[in-house]
Amino acid sequence: MAGRKGASMKKQLILEDGTVFIGEGFGSDKEIIGEVVFTTGMTGYQEVLSDPSYCGQIVTFTYPLVGNYGINRDDFETIRPAVKALVVKEAADFPSNFRSEMSLDEYLKMKQIPAICGIDTRKLTRIIRRYGTLKGAIVSVEEKAEEVIHRLQAAVLPTDQVDQVSTKSAYPNPGRGYRVVLMDFGMKHGILRELNNRDCDIIVVPHDTTAEEILQLNPDGIMLSNGPGDPKDVPHAIETVSKLIGKVPIFGICLGHQLFALASGADTFKLKFGHRGSNHPVKDLATGKTALTSQNHSYAVDEETIANTELKITHVALNDGTIEGLAHKKYPAFTVQYHPEASPGPEDDNHLFDRFINMMKEHAGKELQHA
Amino acid sequence: MPKRTDIKSILVIGSGPIVIGQAAEFDYAGTQACLALKEEGYRVILVNSNPATIMTDTEIADAVYIEPITLEFVSRIIQKERPDAILPTLGGQTGLNMAVELAKAGVLDEYGVKVLGTKLSAIEQAEDRDLFRQLMNELNEPVPESEIIHTLEEAYTFVERIGYPVIVRPAYTLGGTGGGICTNEEELIETVTSGLKYSPVTQCLLEKSIAGYKEIEYEVMRDSNDNAIVVCNMENIDPVGVHTGDSIVVAPSQTLSDREYQMMRNTSLKIIRALGIEGGCNVQLALDPHSFQYYIIEVNPRVSRSSALASKATGYPIAKLAAKIAVGLTLDEMKNPVTGKTYACFEPALDYIVSKIPRWPFDKFESANRTLGTQMKATGEVMAIGRTLEESILKAVRSLESGVYHLQLDDAEEISDALIEKRIRKAGDERLFYIGEALRRGVAIETIHEWCEIDLFFLKKFSNIVEFEKEVAAHPFDAEVARKAKEMGFADPVIAALWGVKEKEVYDWRKENQLIPVYKMVDTCAAEFESATPYYYGTYEEENESIVTDRKKVVVLGSGPIRIGQGVEFDYATVHSVWAIKEAGYEAIIINNNPETVSTDFSISDKLYFEPLTIEDVMHIIDLEQPEGVVVQFGGQTAINLAEKLVQHGVKILGTTVEDLDRAENRDKFEQTLQSLGIPQPLGKTAFSVEAAVEIAKEIGYPVLVRPSYVLGGRAMEIVYKEAELLHYMKNAVKVNPEHPVLIDRYLTGKEIEVDAISDGTDVVIPGIMEHIERAGVHSGDSIAVYPPQQLTKEQKETIVDYTIKLAKGLNIVGLLNIQYVISKGEVFVLEVNPRSSRTVPFLSKITNIPMANLATKAILGHSLHSQGYETGLVEEESGVFVKVPVFSFAKLRRVDTTLGPEMKSTGEVMGKDTTVEKALYKGLVAAGIKIPTKGTVLLTVADKDKEEARALAKRFYNIGYKLLATHGTAQYLTEAGIPAETVAKIGAKGPDILDTIRSGEAQFVINTLTRGKQPARDGFRIRRETVENGIPCLTSLDTAEAILRVLESMIFSAESMPKAGTSKTSEAVLL
Repeated sequence: MAGRKGASMKKQLILEDGTVFIGEGFGSDKEIIGEVVFTTGMTGYQEVLSDPSYCGQIVTFTYPLVGNYGINRDDFETIRPAVKALVVKEAADFPSNFRSEMSLDEYLKMKQIPAICGIDTRKLTRIIRRYGTLKGAIVSVEEKAEEVIHRLQAAVLPTDQVDQVSTKSAYPNPGRGYRVVLMDFGMKHGILRELNNRDCDIIVVPHDTTAEEILQLNPDGIMLSNGPGDPKDVPHAIETVSKLIGKVPIFGICLGHQLFALASGADTFKLKFGHRGSNHPVKDLATGKTALTSQNHSYAVDEETIANTELKITHVALNDGTIEGLAHKKYPAFTVQYHPEASPGPEDDNHLFDRFINMMKEHAGKELQHA
Repeated sequence: MPKRTDIKSILVIGSGPIVIGQAAEFDYAGTQACLALKEEGYRVILVNSNPATIMTDTEIADAVYIEPITLEFVSRIIQKERPDAILPTLGGQTGLNMAVELAKAGVLDEYGVKVLGTKLSAIEQAEDRDLFRQLMNELNEPVPESEIIHTLEEAYTFVERIGYPVIVRPAYTLGGTGGGICTNEEELIETVTSGLKYSPVTQCLLEKSIAGYKEIEYEVMRDSNDNAIVVCNMENIDPVGVHTGDSIVVAPSQTLSDREYQMMRNTSLKIIRALGIEGGCNVQLALDPHSFQYYIIEVNPRVSRSSALASKATGYPIAKLAAKIAVGLTLDEMKNPVTGKTYACFEPALDYIVSKIPRWPFDKFESANRTLGTQMKATGEVMAIGRTLEESILKAVRSLESGVYHLQLDDAEEISDALIEKRIRKAGDERLFYIGEALRRGVAIETIHEWCEIDLFFLKKFSNIVEFEKEVAAHPFDAEVARKAKEMGFADPVIAALWGVKEKEVYDWRKENQLIPVYKMVDTCAAEFESATPYYYGTYEEENESIVTDRKKVVVLGSGPIRIGQGVEFDYATVHSVWAIKEAGYEAIIINNNPETVSTDFSISDKLYFEPLTIEDVMHIIDLEQPEGVVVQFGGQTAINLAEKLVQHGVKILGTTVEDLDRAENRDKFEQTLQSLGIPQPLGKTAFSVEAAVEIAKEIGYPVLVRPSYVLGGRAMEIVYKEAELLHYMKNAVKVNPEHPVLIDRYLTGKEIEVDAISDGTDVVIPGIMEHIERAGVHSGDSIAVYPPQQLTKEQKETIVDYTIKLAKGLNIVGLLNIQYVISKGEVFVLEVNPRSSRTVPFLSKITNIPMANLATKAILGHSLHSQGYETGLVEEESGVFVKVPVFSFAKLRRVDTTLGPEMKSTGEVMGKDTTVEKALYKGLVAAGIKIPTKGTVLLTVADKDKEEARALAKRFYNIGYKLLATHGTAQYLTEAGIPAETVAKIGAKGPDILDTIRSGEAQFVINTLTRGKQPARDGFRIRRETVENGIPCLTSLDTAEAILRVLESMIFSAESMPKAGTSKTSEAVLL
């Protein structure tokens, strides 16, 4: 693409429906297979590519210029990015921002993430919109498309993403306030940042930590983090959460929200092409107000299965009506499908973290339920 | 929340005439708003003095008042209509100020009129510098150190504390009128003095200059339920220091990380919530390029030029939704009109880059100060959409129609390195092109950044363009290189020049090689949701989304950016043409590039292509759409100029043919036609060289009217009185050569008449004849026009009708034509024929109720005028008198001579209508912003040749009790004639001179016909400038002065007794 210097490396992006895009490779030279999704946010590529929820996915940016402000020290959402690959129209080779430390290309090379540019990303987005999320591969132009398509159609994508991105061992993030045990299913740093801002005494635990182990830490509240993939791929976590409900205040985000719903007896389903971007309106049914939210999910909680649970719907997506927030009718527990920690995206619902703090305050030291 | 049911009727205030800082965007906003309110079932009452607007069509509102937007007249409308509510936030600053004035005068309370949308207190809080700063302090939002000052002394005190540079911003003025950056005491005195004058509350804000910061804008909306969203953010390529209306702007922001983006988004939403705005609002912020430090620059609590741009940039119709919010609807219950499926409570996601470049009037005002600062100077703007920033910028560049297709300067080789640096350091209208040239000369982007502080990101993009020129030049007809060049927005003429071939060769080669653009949809959501919006832009990508239907189609070319000579009138006609095409059963496709206009509202046409109006861009669309033909008559000279090339590409021009267009515009062919029709014209000839020009002028006899052939708005047209002046003109104003001849005509003094007519080839309908107040020699666009003519004899009218019919038929006109006549010594001469829609089409259409553009379009499509119910001849005159009064923006353009002449200078117009000429003139003049006090002082400085005529006027001013002031010569002349006149000292005299007299505000009118000319050094020039800069009407034509006098006389008479019919009889002698 315009302005990219050095040896041009033709690559192809091949989709399981047979579509072939020819572009130019940048970042790592690796050939990969993954699930192709798109995100509509116009800023925040650094946060997106470091968001563990994108584990295993090939992320397409609908905004055509990516990398304009470079990569900086501060805006990572994890240390080790889990995204499979990036697809862009144009990757900026000359970033400009006072915090920029390297170009997108340099960073992707360093982190071994392949990417392709020069793609008609709008065409690709329209394919995903019609077809639904689909498998894709980024390979050299030498590869025969036919063969790659066969390989793609036969490929089974991994289902252990949470295990890939969750911390392997627990670690503290000390503070002087409420003790929060943060179950890491692929946590964004943004969640830690918000709890830190509120001086929480945080202990981050792996996804497979048991309810007993968690309760032994004497938490004032439990935070269920975001994370990649299908919530049903982590049945042990569903079980853990079900044991935690009613014990201490719970706040869940994204995958954490889905696990909470499953643990409460509701069901989840896969959306056609998910919600990814920074402009998703969500209506708070209690106040009637709509907030713009940051979203990144392929699955949603099935509305019809709520009736048989002790949950109530608190938030809905304005556009497609899917569930965006739940609360327990009896216990102090609430979850949202979107990202109140933003990063990237609008910070309209940042106050949910305050709600969590207040909830902990209200219930601190109180026995919620006899075990 | 459901809409309000406690109100039934709503008064909408428009923005009045087009002036710099307030252009077509308010016709777009107002039209959307009126239609939105009607859609919700309210009775809409509209007041706007500007007839050249779609919003003043009777279909747009239930009751349309084309009346002055003044307390006097709007109060009267309220009294008559008794609206339940008023919506003030859609008529620009004019609408807002009017609403505040109505409230302050107690009119709204008296008639129980509720204010919809934003509360007036919030408006005041946003607009009043002091209140605004207070609010920002409460919100803990930073504003640059500043102080409100009311005197020059206070300004000194502030500067002593803060130091230079400082920015001066007068309170409550349009587009920053009277403001600017001051780096020294001299500039401080000048700017503060004029700023205080322009501020209606004699108040200026002095502010620490944060020039060099990034300038970022957020367009935000909020509803009564406190839902608030950002529609769009934009980044000015020009850093803080250049008015945003004069800045090159891109959307969305390019160099902000998400953190910076969200930080300023939060701030913008906080502000709109704190102000309690219900509707749209624009927040301008300055961001330090080296930290997170930011400042709030300004908040506009209303829809604005930026919101029009944001609407077109995103597809999100801000004004429409703002109007609905004003009546109580909330964002979360309204559908996003673009997708039709999702909701309006949402922030558009763009998957393209939008660039806006302003269009400045410096091509017409050569002597104007072209540097850009805090006072806006642009008359219009263009927008372009691309998938790369390079493409977006270059498409915008060629949309400007400045004869430029690239980051290039004419005669670049003659420009020194030093000049280039100077022009980049100090922002001017051509800075972008100087940057291109600097890059071509190898200046590093870091150096250029040091000079102008434009972000390196943008400079790198510009350098990509310049760098790639070499690649293109080295690879003629290389498909891969050409493809990249097109992806970067290179225009065919640029590639052709680099390859050393003709433009058409490049085009044909590209077509053969399938190197053609695809069209993508502007859908607000980056393709996330399916949309059916027929709004497209072209780009070099893989997938085309513009599905061609099997319907019969007609393409209409728009008129591009608003400029002097080609204003909103042409957009008016374009929109009506589109509607007519739809009515006639065709698919109407429009191509245009002006984001301010109604025609680029995607809901107007069946398909909107937001593209440059150049031959390649237009041809690509035609190749795809295969229309029946193209309509070029309504898009002004922009569209007409493309006609010939379109024909060369085998495209059918609908209506008057290219040969006939040429017969009207080509001097010799036109002369032949006139001769064959037996219609006289002033003696004239075409000169192909300077020598020939001198010869011809001698033959014809001075004074002569000189102009280049094929002009718009009288550009470079002058009246010269002697050979020396002619030589000066030939040398400086035009480049004469066989391809660009100069026309030399006898200058006939007399009454100018203007006629618009519609022809289908058989019948010729003449809706009306207009008579100009100013004698021939003043451009028709700058003249006051009166309908029906007041001083024509029956025979003269008959002659004009006869000539008009003959010309329409003789030139085989199918569609519209506009003819200018002069009546000299009782004889009718033809001055010119414009075979297209004209500036007066909306004016006449509104007066006569004949939908001229519609009728003409249908005639073009083959529906005879007869079948549409019209017959050949002059339509019966309407009762009443209608005047069109031009409006100028001189105060914003420093160093421009205000003298009226053959070159057009006005930016807009208003209409005044009433039962008598005097009443209509009064309304027109008042609507144009001229105060008409019944007593006062008039200052006269007239050239010798005008003295006799001026004497009669002076006498009449004296008779109605006006005091006369005059410069020495004029005063002496008047005194000798028995008219008492006080002498004021000439410029430079010891003690107070004439400039001081003007500054002191002693005179209510200045009549000046002294030393016409363009040299700023001359006294006449300085007097005129001082006058306009002090907000005093400066009358440079004795005819205009006489018109005002008539109004004054009628007002004063009426105060004493019943006016007698025909009191104006005496004035006739003076008029001619």
